[in-house]
Amino acid sequence: MEPFTIITGPAAPLLRRDIDTDVIIRIERLTQLPRRELGRYALEALRGLDFVLDRPPFRGAPILLAGANFGCGSSREGAVWALQETGLRSIIAPSFGDIFFANCFHNGMLPVVLPEAAVASLAAQAAHGAPVTVDLRQCRVIAPDGAAHPFAIDSLRRELLLEGVDELGLTLRRLAEIAAWQQADAVRRPWCAPNKQGHVR
Amino acid sequence: MPSTLFDRLWEAHVVAELGGGWALLHIDRHLLHDLSGSGGLATLAERGLPLNRPDLTFATADHAVSSAPGRTGETYDQGAPLYRVLREQSQKVGIPFFDIGQRGQGIVHVMAPELGITLPGTTLVCGDSHTCTHGGLGALAFGIGSSELVHVLATQTLRQKKPRQMRIVYEGALKPGVTAKDLALHVIGTLGAAAGTGHAIEHAGPGIAALPIEARLTLCNMSVELGSKIALCAPDQATVDYLRGKPFAPAGADFDAAIADWSELRTDDGARFDREALFNLGCVPPTITWGTSPEHAIAIDGTAPDPCAAPDAARREAWQAALDYMGLTPGQKLCGTPVDWVFIGSCANARLTDLRDAARVVRGRRVAAAVKAWVVPGSVEVKDAAEAEGLDEIFRAAGFEWREPGCSMCVAANGEVVPPGRRAVSTSNRNFVGRQGPGARTHLASPASAAAAAIAGAIADIREI
Repeated sequence: MEPFTIITGPAAPLLRRDIDTDVIIRIERLTQLPRRELGRYALEALRGLDFVLDRPPFRGAPILLAGANFGCGSSREGAVWALQETGLRSIIAPSFGDIFFANCFHNGMLPVVLPEAAVASLAAQAAHGAPVTVDLRQCRVIAPDGAAHPFAIDSLRRELLLEGVDELGLTLRRLAEIAAWQQADAVRRPWCAPNKQGHVR
Repeated sequence: MPSTLFDRLWEAHVVAELGGGWALLHIDRHLLHDLSGSGGLATLAERGLPLNRPDLTFATADHAVSSAPGRTGETYDQGAPLYRVLREQSQKVGIPFFDIGQRGQGIVHVMAPELGITLPGTTLVCGDSHTCTHGGLGALAFGIGSSELVHVLATQTLRQKKPRQMRIVYEGALKPGVTAKDLALHVIGTLGAAAGTGHAIEHAGPGIAALPIEARLTLCNMSVELGSKIALCAPDQATVDYLRGKPFAPAGADFDAAIADWSELRTDDGARFDREALFNLGCVPPTITWGTSPEHAIAIDGTAPDPCAAPDAARREAWQAALDYMGLTPGQKLCGTPVDWVFIGSCANARLTDLRDAARVVRGRRVAAAVKAWVVPGSVEVKDAAEAEGLDEIFRAAGFEWREPGCSMCVAANGEVVPPGRRAVSTSNRNFVGRQGPGARTHLASPASAAAAAIAGAIADIREI
């Protein structure tokens, strides 16, 4: 996974609240297209003649400024892939859908939670493409006018993202510990094993 | 210190504490479906990793298969490769695959509870956000993305941070004609689509204890539309009665041991929640959505709102966009608005009691000439049971299509879509822009309200039928 430390660039404003993952990427696009082709279908239901990610200076922008509850709905990780394929590396919003939020971290995308007023202020300043900086080392977003907006982030998630570490690799080192837990659990909860008679054919 | 139901479920599955509120959690059940499971199994094979516990993993095809009568797994050609990968990889790694036409096939969140794969006190995950459904039986269940899915396949665990906790207490009883679906929409409409974000929700109180299991499954199903990926109801005697004798549920002494363990699964008096809410079930009206978020829910005899009255600028914009998309004007009454499609199905409302609710309205009546109406049972079990009761005959005689189990028009990943600009009353769980097909206009409602709309040819108040 690509590490995330600091990025600077245009921040595209898309402040409508409750943009769900169905709107971020339609399900048929995920069944029909390889990942690298998803970018141009990201947010297609919202794309009109003047869609923000299709016009300069925001085409290929690394930062999205979004509304509350961004990424609510379906668990499809393809929503993160589609946004990534447009060039985005970080999304700043007042709140995110829980599953989308977790999916971001598994793909090197940094979701930043800032208060609604801060997102609005960034959007106003960045409206013509003035650069915004997202700094994961210092845990702050720097507005075009130099104002710093500190953000809170879970320390474990931050470490993994800074190093680009894949969680699965870490857990695979614990397989013996997991096997021991499973063995003890089989004694503790004998009822938990699926009934072997149950398999219907 | 008093514990919550959620605390107990969480603590019983901690393989290792990882610090900072994180834990490596054991996953007792993993459900795979064609849309996300196929890719997960393929990734596992590519990476050369073995499946940790085939015996805890179950697969079926639901999302991208056709629901047409006489269908095979490959009738919908764009879903056929996903179906084939799921079937072949499942056989290769030795996990049960509930194939098209076999007992057990159906929507993952319908088939797993009714087969007893879902049990109280277990952890259950699936690459699908509506996995919270299984919390209706007292399982700690949540939806995951593709990366987490592969993590579970390879390790039978997940790294999770303990969420905040919310309790919604229900008092009183639902009025006749009002269902768990109306309740869920009413709660989401009242609290908002992000009210549960970052929280595990326990649905509690005397109102829940009085709800049948299938109604609890519906309420928990809709909880992700409240923002929470986890929802729970404490198991009770109704849960035990529901599970007794299910094919995959424990039997004999194991079932007795399970009942003893399950009786501990409750929230202590005095346990603290980060957020609480209270609802009186007697005040819940038949409820329907007017817009493009599940929080756009109103009483069925209500009117579409005026964006000028929105509580904030962001909602004003969202309401206006939703009205435009839905082809409604501020103040327009929903009742009497003509509909083109009615869909009765989905993991929210395709269980036997849902079909009975709809059939009661439909019996002896005819679907309006301009309406296309489908019933898609949630599973082979539901379909067989409904046919044994003659429900299929009631629907067919009225002019409904009686179809094969799957997600169908709820997810529209299977070629089954509401055409652009057409208005549908749907028993599914999402009214998002384009969810049921590009340009489709979806009103979420209960099975009885959907049936009433099919008969009337327009949105209709079930209390007046």
